[in-house]
Parts: sequence; structure tokens; C-alpha cells
Amino acid sequence: MIMVKRVAMLALLLGLGSIAQAQGDPMLVNGAGATFPYPIYSKWFDEYHKLHPNIQINYQSIGSGGGIRQLLAGTVDFGASDGPMSDEQLGQAKVKVLHFPTVLGADVPTYNIPGVTQELKFTPDALAGIFLGKITKWNDPAITAPNAGVKLPADDIVVVHRSDGSGTSYIWTDYLSKVSEEWKTKVGKGTSVNWPVGLGGKGNEGVAGLVKQTPNSIGYVELIYAIQNNQPYGQVRNSSGTFVKADLASVTAAAAGTAKSMPDDFRVSITDPVGKTAYPIASFTWLLVPEKISDGAKKKAIVDFVRWMLKDGQKFAEPLAYAQIPKEVIEKEMKAIDRIQ
Amino acid sequence: MATSPIAVERAGPGWGPRTLLRRLRSGDEIAHLATLCFAASVILITTWLVYVLWVNSALPRHKFGLHFFLTSVWDPIFDQFGALPFIYGTLVTSAVALLLAVPAGLGAAIFLAELAPQRISDALTFVIDLLAAVPSVIYGLLGIFTVVPLLRKYVQPFLHSTLGFLPLFQGPHYGVGFLAAGVLLAVMVMPFIISVSREVLLAVPVDQREAALALGATRWEATWKVIVPYARIGILGSVFLALARALGETMAVTMVIGNNPRISASLFAPGYTIAAVIANEFTEATGDLYLQALIELGLVLFLLTFILNGLARLLILLTTQRGTAQE
Repeated sequence: MIMVKRVAMLALLLGLGSIAQAQGDPMLVNGAGATFPYPIYSKWFDEYHKLHPNIQINYQSIGSGGGIRQLLAGTVDFGASDGPMSDEQLGQAKVKVLHFPTVLGADVPTYNIPGVTQELKFTPDALAGIFLGKITKWNDPAITAPNAGVKLPADDIVVVHRSDGSGTSYIWTDYLSKVSEEWKTKVGKGTSVNWPVGLGGKGNEGVAGLVKQTPNSIGYVELIYAIQNNQPYGQVRNSSGTFVKADLASVTAAAAGTAKSMPDDFRVSITDPVGKTAYPIASFTWLLVPEKISDGAKKKAIVDFVRWMLKDGQKFAEPLAYAQIPKEVIEKEMKAIDRIQ
Repeated sequence: MATSPIAVERAGPGWGPRTLLRRLRSGDEIAHLATLCFAASVILITTWLVYVLWVNSALPRHKFGLHFFLTSVWDPIFDQFGALPFIYGTLVTSAVALLLAVPAGLGAAIFLAELAPQRISDALTFVIDLLAAVPSVIYGLLGIFTVVPLLRKYVQPFLHSTLGFLPLFQGPHYGVGFLAAGVLLAVMVMPFIISVSREVLLAVPVDQREAALALGATRWEATWKVIVPYARIGILGSVFLALARALGETMAVTMVIGNNPRISASLFAPGYTIAAVIANEFTEATGDLYLQALIELGLVLFLLTFILNGLARLLILLTTQRGTAQE
């Protein structure tokens, strides 16, 4: 599979190369990484190429892990990741790596309970309990308490999670680690974890498919996937105690809540943020750019692209169902761009 | 082609420079060298593959040693890696697949080779060869949309109520799990068994059958007691080809097995296979130990295939010897 992908990618690269030659050698900038933001990234690179025909940005959506590895190996000009790089990974880098938040993503709980058509409300404790395997029945008080008026069955809960390593799982486990001490010490956060219970589905479509097919199941999918496929999903209680349904506004609000305490390297988790309207299971996705780029022309191209992406590019986000970065964060990023040398 | 002069030269005792030149000119040496290169490349690729897997899995090999094979926790966050549930899942799904596919496949092959009219046999064989070429992701979709719901709604409740006293058929009916993966793999490997077994059965000399019939055997007796035993090595070969495919199948399995690294006695339970976990986690594997643990799993799968193939050879050797001893 991977081999085939690589060969296809190579063929594509060669193809692009030969087209490029014909148009008088535009500069090729290579990036690789996260799959979650791929639709918006390819839109951006496409639009940017229209504005600057002499620059061609080529992006391979091989996954965050692959993106980080290729960046560390120096085989790409920039990387992209759904989770920030760890201190250990940053330590391995020959050149310092800068993080730039590009858009926001969120996870939503989706479920299939025969006979229940209402929108369910989940408390953090209920979600953590279900995914830890401690809450096993749908009529557990932790679930029924906020859902007065909904008749929940006494059936066993079937938990569905992602089987492939993914940023979606990272956001979900990051959130559970924050709201549940037990989750933090027993399971932890990451693109793949040792799930205490449940079935694994490959990709958003795999999880959604399993949930649709399996009675009394619950899983999590990306907000974008749920919106585009009209997948029903539940509300989650945020740290202010309000139940919030995820949408683009409540996700951007989550990022705004943490804007004031944003660290200079942007490596921040925005799950379980402050803010009345903030949806608690959201995250940035980042571009990873080396601080020193020796090729002057390439450096100029990358810097210029990041500026454009933050200023003009953001308007392409919402039509593709990505939440925009809040203004405060963009201002801070604009300043951080100057660090690229 | 002019075969006779070559044959003469081969048989002839002359190995002098003149004959060598002539052999070169007639293409014999070149063909010999070229085919030798191709054959050697197979060994080279295999050795290289093992070497690459071995070198790139140094970290977990040193850290876990043999525990890698014996522990069943797979936790990328706390850097604990044990391959046992994956090995178990790979073996169980392949075993279920063969258990279902071998009798059915052999039966179909016997029908096509021995009993069916020529035209039907040809038409069916064409369809079977077509089935062997269907991409596995298509089988995966078939699994998700057809096999899994069928298993959950009908097959698993039925097995549970009739054979539920066996630990094999207990537990909740998710649909996905070892059984779903085994059934799907059975469908996928059957074309291989049918196609190869049919060829082998057709290759059995006619006089074998005629001798059996002349001795008063019925048509079925001739088929079952003479022709099938005569072709058993080839049939075994088809089974091991099927096993190889089942062991290494990735996409279709991961879509229906439930992807949960756990060892359960029940076939209804979700499980995981080596190939599936590599495909699932490789792209997002951050951290050297994690990545190398996945590569070591690749090595384990290679080893597993190697051992099973070795056993297959041994089995063939043993049955052949017994056959000759009886004669």
C-alpha cells in the first residue's frame, strides 16, 4: 500500500516537474504531513500558485508522523502536523522548528441508539467513563442526568474509536486526559493509544460506518466529516458548565479563549478551554517551518506564503468547513514569521 | 527452434573452448546466465528485505528481546510493545479462512475438473480467475456492507444458540471481529485454491482414472480415492498459496476485524492482525521506538510466513515419503 502510494507520488512529482519545466521553471517548494487539513492546504497552494505562477508548492498528505519525520530528515521544506512536536522531537531537529497554527479542527461524539432521535448531551465525566469502559450501560446516571426527557435503554454501550493513527484521536485523547485524571495516567494522549475498550474503525468513514451499523454504539469523528455527511452528533459540556454543540463559531471561540495565554511557540492544546461559548474538543493544526532556510528564494517564498495564508487565505477555510484562527492569534503569528531567517 | 543440436551438445563430452564458443553462439550460455541472474535476484531481494527489517528494528529488539513475542500490551504512549495479540489474530483469522475455504475450494475444483461439462467448467473458471483479481479493498467494502451485518443479525445469534456452549461462540455480537475477518479471507483465498487445484486435477494422467474405473470403481471413488490423492501435492501447494495470501492480507481485514489488540477465545470478539496494525499505525508513528516496533512486527510476519512455509514443505515431504513407502 505505502509502496504503491510512494510510487504514485513519485510519478506525480515527475509529472509536475515536467509541467513545471514547460512553463519556465517555477520554484518547487515541498511539504508533507497531516491529512486532516489536506483539503484546505491544497486549496491554498492552488490559489497561491495562481497569484504567484513562479512558485509551486507540493504537499504530500502522508500523516503527521511522516511529516515530522521527513522534516527532521530534511527531505521536505516544511512539515505539517495535527499535534505539536514533542520536546524530544524538537531536540532531534538540526534546525529549530517553528509552529504556525493554520486552521482549527474539532471532534464530535456521534452515536446510534435505536429509538433515540434527540440530540444527546454529554458531560466530560460521561465521555471519559464511557471510553474508559467504566460506564457500560446507556441508562447510567452519568449519561441520563443531563438528558432529562430522553428515554435511554439499559443496553451495553459499544465504543468505537479510530484504528489508524490520526490527529482526530490526538484531539480526543488530549481532551479526555484533561478532564479525567484516570485517563491521563492510564491511557494518555497521542495519535494512537492503548484503548481500554472498543472497536477500531479505519478513518472517519470507518468509525462513522461502524457507529451507523452497530446498535447502541458511540464514537467520535471530525466535525468536518460530520457536517459534510450530515452525521448527527451530540453536545458536550464545556468548562463553564454550558452544553455546546460544535460548529465553526464555537470552535473558533475555543481558540479565542486561549489566545491570551498563547505561548510564543504556539505549541498549545486548546481542549477544555475557558469561555462560555467555547466548544471543548478542538485543536489547531500546525505548519512546521524550519527557523533557518538557507536557500534565499525558498525562504522568501515560504515566508510570503505563510503571510498570505494568515491574511487572505483564511477566507477559504469556512466554505471547506474549517474553523478560522481567531484574530489575536493571527496577529501573534504575523510577528513570529519574522523569526524565519 | 532448433533443439536437436543443443541437445546433442549437452549430451556430448566436449567442454573445450570451441564448444563453449558454439554454446555461447547458440544462446545456451546466455540463457543460462540470464535465468541464473533472475533466480538469484529472488534470493537477493529476500535477504535484503530481512536485512532492512532487522537493522531498522534494533531498538525494540534490544529493549524487549523475546518479551516482544510474549507480551500483549501495545501502548505507544507508554512505549510498551508486545506482538502476541497480533500474532494470535493473524493465525486465528488465517486458520478460520482455511477451515472454510479448503473444503469448499477443493469441492469446487473437483466439480470443475471432473464432473462439470467442459463449457460450464470453462465459463466458471473464467469467473473464478476474475475473482482472484478483485482488489482487496473491494472485498473490504463487501465485508462492511454485507458480511458484517449478516453475521451480526443472523449467523452469530444462530451459532450462539446452537454452539454457544463452546467458548468460540460466546460474547456480544458486534459483527466485526475474528469471524468476519476469517469469512472474508475465506472468500478471498478460495479462487486461488479452486484455480490451482483444478489445474492440478486436470493434469492427472488419464490412465490413472481409467485403471480405477476398470477395477470397478465408481466415478466418485475414482475421483476421491485415486485422482485427488494423486494430485495432493499440488492441492497442498494451492492451500499454502492461499495461506500466504491470508497471512499478509491488510486492507480487507482491517476493515472488518475491529482492530483491537486483545486475545479472546471467542471468534465473535474484535481482534487485530500484524499486517493491519502496520497499515493503520505506520503513517502516524512518531517516536523511534514506536516506528521500529512496527518494523519489527513486519519482521515477525516475515518469520511467521517463513515458518509456516517450512512446515508446509515438511508436510509435503512426509506425505510423499509415506506414499512411496506404501507402494
